[in-house]
Amino acid sequence: MKRMQYERPVIQRLNVGVMNKFGKRTEYAPVTHIDGNSVKELLQKYGSPLFVISEKTIRQTLRDANRAFKTRYPKVQFAWSYKTNYVNAVCNVFHQEGSWAEVVSGFEYSKALHNGVPGNKIIFNGPDKAEAELKLAIENNSLIHIDHLDELYLIKELAINAKKRPKVAIRVNMDTGVYPMWDRFGFNYENGQAWDAINKIMLNDTMDLVGLHSHIGTFMLAPSAYGVAASKLSELALSIKKKYKKNIEYIDMGGGFASRNTLKGSYLQGADSSPSFDQFAEAITTAILNAGFVENELPLLILETGRALIDDAGSLLGTVISNKRLADGRRATIMDFGVNVLFTSFWYDHKVSPAQEFSQYTEDAVLYGPLCMNIDVIRENITLPPLKRDDNVVVHMVGAYNMTQWMQFISLRPAIVMIDMDEKAHIIRNRETLNSIQGDEVVPKYLKEFKL
Amino acid sequence: MKIKRNIALSDSGFVFDPSSGDSFSTNPIGLEIIKMLKEGKATQEIKASIVKEYMIDEVSFEKDLYDFVEMLGKLKLTEDAEKKKD
Repeated sequence: MKRMQYERPVIQRLNVGVMNKFGKRTEYAPVTHIDGNSVKELLQKYGSPLFVISEKTIRQTLRDANRAFKTRYPKVQFAWSYKTNYVNAVCNVFHQEGSWAEVVSGFEYSKALHNGVPGNKIIFNGPDKAEAELKLAIENNSLIHIDHLDELYLIKELAINAKKRPKVAIRVNMDTGVYPMWDRFGFNYENGQAWDAINKIMLNDTMDLVGLHSHIGTFMLAPSAYGVAASKLSELALSIKKKYKKNIEYIDMGGGFASRNTLKGSYLQGADSSPSFDQFAEAITTAILNAGFVENELPLLILETGRALIDDAGSLLGTVISNKRLADGRRATIMDFGVNVLFTSFWYDHKVSPAQEFSQYTEDAVLYGPLCMNIDVIRENITLPPLKRDDNVVVHMVGAYNMTQWMQFISLRPAIVMIDMDEKAHIIRNRETLNSIQGDEVVPKYLKEFKL
Repeated sequence: MKIKRNIALSDSGFVFDPSSGDSFSTNPIGLEIIKMLKEGKATQEIKASIVKEYMIDEVSFEKDLYDFVEMLGKLKLTEDAEKKKD
């Protein structure tokens, strides 16, 4: 007799008319393939856990964002936010699509140069730019976005010494009607700091003020806030034109567009609550177009969108280590990836799908990572089919920040695979080895031996 | 371990406890186990029957069975749980 497919026995109390704390039924249709590649075969070949990037999704998402802005505004330029995902293969997909590089450290700057981005197409942001890094950026004609007065004076000094005119912008922070207001980066608009910095640059005549930059927040759900920011930057640009007869070449709106992930504590799913590129584009471009620029003096619109361009393209594949029952009767499932690898599980209720067929029966569970640390919780509450040891899952929308903020903690970091436009898988970062971590360690000679 | 005698079962996996008014949903294997428990079958008999019928080894199933029976107790569907409650 042919034996039937086994599924772990489950039983659940039925609560009529009452929402339980696990929320609505989540989507748990099995995801057995990513861009035509079998999840199980990928895991067999590259090991578990495994990050998978879909090149097709990156290109489609960027083209969608480009369409949203370019159909509304004549001059648009995207700059890839390196900190969101600086795996070189990922950066190069963006560069192939025409994106410049936006970096926030000397390390990221070097990465962009290494990837072949011309110096004058690198935007150098952030509060920490070392003297040597600034020298290099000046030499390369990069766009330096000044964060504070100390940096402004240092650039002036370096410019005089190098006999070059650096291309600079200032970062402006402002009240856009949203909380929290980001006022730690750049110069404030409302209290006059920004205008003061502009005057200092214009009157010193050692550098070229080519742009104005703002970055109003992260995971922004209100497109109108970008409209306010674009209006204020436009007003500054027009004031510069009026006082100094100088056209500002570009307005850089930074990043911060929300992705379709669901923030913890959010009532609605991210896919329902996050604005589309069209909504952000409408708010920003309308504000600039209506600000009063002469037609042929409209500034280039730069966008440093990171999260919303890459989140959808990343998936994390993993394997069930064990199931257990907690003291209060809740099911606990332990996965082979934890918060060290999936850093964004601190912020999001990630969507998790099983990677094999199941019946319609489900269980409410807690999803833990493998770390011997109490904080290692992937999902506090999730409804999933009865998973058993060695079953696989797919965590969706993990492309942003995980491959840069992941921690080598307790275990080694996994490999990253990219699936190309022809659905062929390429390894783009190898799984770490002991030597990846120990390679830079030095044990003093007197500590090399011991007896136990 | 005995399941409460007055528990009502439907073929689709609907379980009703008339003493508490609670209703439950179980999957086909859960239903088979509850039915066998109701018939008074011993753990060994249940294991043999499921392993024969389904693609699962005895050790793995034993782990799931103990977990399932523990859940039945937590949901007050067993006579032992009923006694503890009293």
